[in-house]
Amino acid sequence: MSILAYETKGIGRGLETAAAWLLGALWILPLAYALWTAFHPGEFSTPLVLSAPLTLETFVRAWHAAPFARYFANTVLLCTMILAAQLVLCTLAAYAFARFEFPGRNLLFALVLVQLMIMPDVLIVENYRTMGALGLRDTILAIGLPYMASAFGIFLLRQTFKSVPKELDEAARVEGCTPLQVLWKVYVPLARPVYIAYALVSVSYHWNNFLWPLIITNSVESRPLTVGLQVFSATDQGIDWSIITAATLLTTAPLLIAFLLFQRQFVQSFMRAGIK
Amino acid sequence: MIRAKTWAYGWLLLLPAATLLALFTHYPAAATLWHSFFSTPKSARAAAYVGIDNYQQLVVDPIFWQALSNNLWFAAGTIPLSIMLALLMAVWVNGKIAGRGFLRLAYFTPTVMPMIAVANIWLFFYTPEYGLLEQISGALGLPAHNWLGSKSTALACLMAVTVWKEAGFFMIFYLAALQQMSPHLAEAAAIEGASRWYLFRRVTFPLLMPTTLFVLVNAVINAFRLVDHIVVMTRGGPDNATSLLLYYIYEIGFRFWDSAYAAALTIVLLTLLALVAIGQFWFLERKVHYQ
Repeated sequence: MSILAYETKGIGRGLETAAAWLLGALWILPLAYALWTAFHPGEFSTPLVLSAPLTLETFVRAWHAAPFARYFANTVLLCTMILAAQLVLCTLAAYAFARFEFPGRNLLFALVLVQLMIMPDVLIVENYRTMGALGLRDTILAIGLPYMASAFGIFLLRQTFKSVPKELDEAARVEGCTPLQVLWKVYVPLARPVYIAYALVSVSYHWNNFLWPLIITNSVESRPLTVGLQVFSATDQGIDWSIITAATLLTTAPLLIAFLLFQRQFVQSFMRAGIK
Repeated sequence: MIRAKTWAYGWLLLLPAATLLALFTHYPAAATLWHSFFSTPKSARAAAYVGIDNYQQLVVDPIFWQALSNNLWFAAGTIPLSIMLALLMAVWVNGKIAGRGFLRLAYFTPTVMPMIAVANIWLFFYTPEYGLLEQISGALGLPAHNWLGSKSTALACLMAVTVWKEAGFFMIFYLAALQQMSPHLAEAAAIEGASRWYLFRRVTFPLLMPTTLFVLVNAVINAFRLVDHIVVMTRGGPDNATSLLLYYIYEIGFRFWDSAYAAALTIVLLTLLALVAIGQFWFLERKVHYQ
């Protein structure tokens, strides 16, 4: 007797498979349609003609229609900067919460968790004011700053560090390691899968983030891809859909290709980040 | 002496993260409350204390009430549906279904695409006359309809996009939980002669409760946080039919530049989120004991 007792058979199984596939088709449809439109000349966006010629020209035109190279550079810089800061800040804070006794620890941890509910995304009005006071408006640093101390990252790493056996910590200290050396030599290497998971989640979040960058940036020099795409498709193009979808795919491509190549790791990372 | 050193070490490790958190989460939350009792500074005159004027304006502002009710409908329409679909998807791709790899990929794809890119594609689906939806309904002989342009359907169209975007994301967490579940449970149930539905209802679903709670909280936060597609697809229109709370804050704060009123609106949003947090803790205390 095994779990196979619950494998559905016959018509029930057929119906379920059909339903699952229908849902799958619905879920892949927008991407499939975007691919179809982008690889065909504009006049074939509608109606659907299966014999339409394939072209890459839409991508070339989209690429030259807006400073996408600059937007790409901005987004890469933004994601790298945020991730680097997050890894350092969250590691140090998580280490403090996991392995140090100090007054106010529980209160401070509760204050950190506040950010899980009240994310920087909803504090746009005040953060815009703060960035003005700091003289940082319209810079890439200003997009990233509110996200660098991540409650999610601190929480995730704290859980991981707590599961590291205390004996390893003590052994390293007996060897004469300072607390920071212990962190670097014992905790960080053991938490590697969690770091990878967190990095993937963080990069895909900030690659896709839109509202705050839209508000705080005002020029080509600081705009990330999402905002650049919106400025481009809202103003320049009228209704040339093949160009817009080509631009849309261009901005999504790196993440999408990475996802297709490393699908298993991606999914596992998201799963790992979600398990408390 | 040693203890004081440990304390100092702990605080120092915490300092960088705590500074940034205080500056960009705690301070702005407090400052929002403070500024909501002042008028918006204009070039000629500085902000003046106005008491609860901004909140009185809010009470009589029909657009605020519409945005709030839109948001509640939006939450009610997207949260249960996307969670149910996520669970269904997870159960399917956890079992031995034909084409499992492709299905996992298909369900998860929306998650890695930016909402703004996704919204651009869906915008085309909904476009009057030559959009995909119109072509399909036209082929079926149905009358033409401006999906995003009419007040009756615009919000539902945005809900569809949100459900599509979120279900695949939530599926991942259910899939993770299902894969950790012991196969002995199903074996035991089979020996007892329980039906598959009974097994799901009385064993699997209760065991998934912590995951459901996690997903639920995320879904609620997202229902109040995610407005990217509104900027792209409707700009809150037609006639504020698709304005959600955060989008309205954005409009008041950054298109009409009335930061004081935007602060009062933000306080409403923060209160809602705080209620969610309190509800979560209350629920955690009482209901979820499975971990």
